[in-house]
Amino acid sequence: MQILQLKDTVAFMSYRKVAVLLSIILMAASIFSLATNKLNFGLDFTGGTLIEVGFEKTADLNEIRAIMETNGFDDAVVKFYGSSRDVVIRLATREGVKAEMLGNQVLDILQSGTGDNIDMRRIEFVGASVGDELAEQGGLAMLTALICILVYVAFRFEWRFALGSVIALFHDVLLTLGLFSVLQLEFDLTVLAAILAVIGYSLNDTIVVSDRIRENFRKIRVGGPEEVINISLTQTLSRTVITSITTLLVLAALFFQGGALIHGFATALLLGVFVGTYSSVYVASSIALALGISKEDLIPEVIEKEGADQEEMRP
Amino acid sequence: MVLFIVAIGAIYASPNLYPEDPAVQLSGLRGVETTAATLDTVKSHLDENNISYANIAMEKGQVLARFKNTEEQLKARDLLDDIMGEEYSVALNLTPATPSWLASIGGTPMKLGLDLSGGVSFLMEVNMQEAIVKVQKSLVDDFRTGLRGEKIRYRSVKNTNDSINVQFRNAEDLEKAETFLSKQNRDLLFVSNEDNLTLSASMTEQKLKETREYALQQNITIIRNRVNELGVAEPLVQRQGKKHIVIELPGVQDTAKAKEILSATATIEFRLVDTEGDLGAALNGRVPGSSQLLKERNGQPVLLKKRVMLTGDHIVDAGSSFDEYSRPQVNITLDSAGGNKMSSNTKSNIGKPMATVFIEFKPTDRVDSEGNTIFEKVEEVISVATIQARLGKTFRITGAGSQAEAHNLALLLRAGALVAPIQIVEERTVGPTLGAENVQLGFQAIMLGFGLVFLFMLVYYRAFGIVANLALGANLVLIIGVMSMIPGAALTLPGMAGIVLTVGMAVDANVLIFERIREEIREGKSIQQSIHQGYDAAFSTIIDANITTLIAALILFAVGTGPIKGFAITLSIGIITSMFTAVVGTRTVVNAVWGGKRLDKLSI
Repeated sequence: MQILQLKDTVAFMSYRKVAVLLSIILMAASIFSLATNKLNFGLDFTGGTLIEVGFEKTADLNEIRAIMETNGFDDAVVKFYGSSRDVVIRLATREGVKAEMLGNQVLDILQSGTGDNIDMRRIEFVGASVGDELAEQGGLAMLTALICILVYVAFRFEWRFALGSVIALFHDVLLTLGLFSVLQLEFDLTVLAAILAVIGYSLNDTIVVSDRIRENFRKIRVGGPEEVINISLTQTLSRTVITSITTLLVLAALFFQGGALIHGFATALLLGVFVGTYSSVYVASSIALALGISKEDLIPEVIEKEGADQEEMRP
Repeated sequence: MVLFIVAIGAIYASPNLYPEDPAVQLSGLRGVETTAATLDTVKSHLDENNISYANIAMEKGQVLARFKNTEEQLKARDLLDDIMGEEYSVALNLTPATPSWLASIGGTPMKLGLDLSGGVSFLMEVNMQEAIVKVQKSLVDDFRTGLRGEKIRYRSVKNTNDSINVQFRNAEDLEKAETFLSKQNRDLLFVSNEDNLTLSASMTEQKLKETREYALQQNITIIRNRVNELGVAEPLVQRQGKKHIVIELPGVQDTAKAKEILSATATIEFRLVDTEGDLGAALNGRVPGSSQLLKERNGQPVLLKKRVMLTGDHIVDAGSSFDEYSRPQVNITLDSAGGNKMSSNTKSNIGKPMATVFIEFKPTDRVDSEGNTIFEKVEEVISVATIQARLGKTFRITGAGSQAEAHNLALLLRAGALVAPIQIVEERTVGPTLGAENVQLGFQAIMLGFGLVFLFMLVYYRAFGIVANLALGANLVLIIGVMSMIPGAALTLPGMAGIVLTVGMAVDANVLIFERIREEIREGKSIQQSIHQGYDAAFSTIIDANITTLIAALILFAVGTGPIKGFAITLSIGIITSMFTAVVGTRTVVNAVWGGKRLDKLSI
C-alpha cells in the first residue's frame, strides 16, 4: 500500500514565503496570548491544595460549593473531573493554616456535609515555594535541552542546520504553549514533560530531513540549493507522513483511553506533533536556506576526503 | 544473538505475569530483632485464632506471612498488631508470587509508582535558616564562656543575621580576643574593626555547607526511624536536592496520621537512677514520690529520679566510635551552658548510674474537645551508664552494647536535639480506587495504541509489516524486562504514556528503512541490493534522530521528579531498545527470510 505516490518533485520551497509569514503570525499570536491570557498554570506551579473525591452517584456541585462556603472556603473552585461522579476541589494557598492538613479537613467537611459515602481519590498539596522552584526548573530544563541539541546538531551537521532546527523547536514549543494559553488548558508538570517529548519528536523529523538534504547535496550535482531541498523534502515526505500517522494513532489511544490525568499530556503531544511535522518541513529547511546553505558547506573538500573526516564518510 | 537478548528480556519480564499474594510483614522496632522464635510466635498466634495462611517465612530479616485472600490478611494484621504491635511494626503488603527459580536469578516484577499502587508521597523541606541560627546561638554561648575563661573583658556578644558581633571596651581586649577566638574557631572568618571596637565572626562557606548537610542528614535519619514505626511495607526516604526529603509510603490511606507522626517532636533527658528506692515495691505500685518507674528497651524496669539533670536541647553532636579497648562508645558534645550544668550536676554523683531517656510525643486516635489530636508522651530508657568522673562539655558513654547499638544510641541522642525543623511542602495522595483505575486505563491505552500501530503496519507494509510488528512486540517485552531489572525504576502513569509514545515512535526506524528500500527498488536496483542499501542508508539517520530524542529524555530525567521521572525512564529505555529491535532485530529476520535468494518481487 502507498498513501503518497509522488512522481514529481514538489516545489516546497517556493511556498516558503507564505509559510514563513504564517509562522511569524502564529508565533506573534502565541506571544500575544501568553502575555495577555497567560498560561493556566496547574497546581504544580501555583501551589495550593487539590482534592479529588468520588461519589457513589452523580454529585451536586452547587451543594458541594455551598458546603465549602459555609465552612469558610469561599475561594474553593469545584469542578467535575472526567465523569459526573468525580469532583475536584482546588484551594489556593492560605496563610495561617497548616496547609498540609487542609486536604484531610476538606474530606471530613464533605463527608459530614453531604452525608454520602465519599471516596478519597487524590489529594495534592504543593507549597508555594515548591511551585516556584518547579517552574524555574521546568524553564531551565527546556533551555538546557535546546542548547544540548544545538550543540549536537552543529557537531553532526552544520551550524546552519543546527540553528534551523533549534529555531524550529523553539517555534514548536512556542506554538504549543500559545495554544494552551488560547484554549486556557491547564498547564501542569505532565504537560511540561509532553512539551519536552515534542522537542524530541520534532527534532527527530528535522534530523531525518536534514540528513537527506546533506546526502542529496553530495549526490545530486545539478540544481541549486532550493531544488535539492525540494527533492529531499519530497523523498522524505512519505516517511514523515507515516510516522506522524503512527504517532498520532497512539496519541489518540492515550487521549481517549488514558483517563483524565493523562489528558493534558496527550493534548500537548497531539498539538505538538502537528506543529512539529509542519515545522520540520518548512521552518528548519527555510532557515537553513535563508542562511545560505550550499553544496560547498556540506561537501568535504577533496583534500580532506582522504579519511580526514571519518564522520562524513558514507558507503 | 538477537533471539538470546529478547529471550533474556522475556525471562525478566515474566515475573509481571504472576499475581500478588496478600501478606503481612513483621519487622522489629527500635533494635528488636526478628528471629526464628518470632516466626514461631506468629505461627502459634495465627493457629490459635484459626487464621489460615499460605506460608510463613523469614525474608530479609522480616517475618512474612502470605495469605490466600485479603480477608484473612486483614484479620491477621489486626490480631498481630494487638499482640505484638509494641515491639514490631506490622504492615500489610502485597508480595509477588514469583516462582523461586525466577527469584533466584533476580527476577522481580516491576515496581509500581504511587499513582498506580495508591499511597502518599511527601516532600519535606528542612528549615536551613533555623539550622544556621542554632549554630550561631551556640557560638554566642561559646564566645562568652571562652572570653570569660581567658579573662578578656567584653561589652556584649550579639547574634546578627549572618555574623556574631562582639563589642569591646578597648583595642587591647579586641586584639587579644581576636587571637584567642580565631585560634579556637578555625572554621570562622574574623573581621575586626578598630574604630568602633567590634569583632565580627561569620561562618565560612565550608562551615555553612557542613551545617546544612548535617541538618539534612539528621532529619533523614530521624524520619527513617519514624517511618519504620508507621508499619508501611516498602517505604522510601530519600534526599532530593539541597534541602528536601522525599518520603513515599505506598498503600497508606490515613494520611492525617502519617503526617502527625512525621512531624512529631522528640527530646532527650538525662536523669539519675534511683538506687535507694525499692524496685520490687515500685513494681507493685508503691513508687516513691520523687521517682518514676520506666522501662528499658529490653523491657527491664528501672526506677528513675524525677529531677532532670539535663535536657536534650543542649546536645550539639553525638557520634559513635571505639574506646581504647576497642569497645563501642558514644561521644556526646554539649553546648557551653549544657556543659556547665552537666559539670555541676555530676560533681556530687560520681559512681552513680545515670539514665538517658528518649521522649516522643506520639499522636493517638483520641481527640480533645476542640478536635485536636491528643498526643501521648512516650518515655523510654535508652541507656544506663555509671558516672565515672565529673562530666563536662564533652563526655562519652561506654558499654552501650554492640557497635550497631552504639550507633543507634547516637542517632537517638541527636534526634533529641533536632538541628532544624522540617515542614511538609508537598503532598500527593492517591487513593486505591484511583490507583487501580490508572493501571487499567494505562494498560488499555498501551494495548489500543499497540493494536492500532500493529494493524497499520500490517496493511501498509504487508510481509515487512509483520517483521516490523515482531520488532515492536519484542521491543515491548524488552522495555518491561529492563524496567523489571532496574531496581530503582518504578512504573508510573506518565511512564505508561511513555511506553505508548515509544510504540508509536519505535516504528519510525522501520518506516525509514522500508521507505528507503521502496525508493531503491523504484530506482531500479535489484531486490537484495535495495534491502542492503535501505538498511545502510537509513542507519545513520536513525542514530542521529534517536540520540537527539534521548538527549531530551535524559534532561527530563535529570530535572524531573516522581511521575515525570517515570516518563523519562520508559522513554529512554524505549528509545534504546527500539533502536536494537528495529534495526538489528528486523535485519536478522529479513536476512533469514529473504536473504541469499533471487527475488523478483518483495512484499513491502
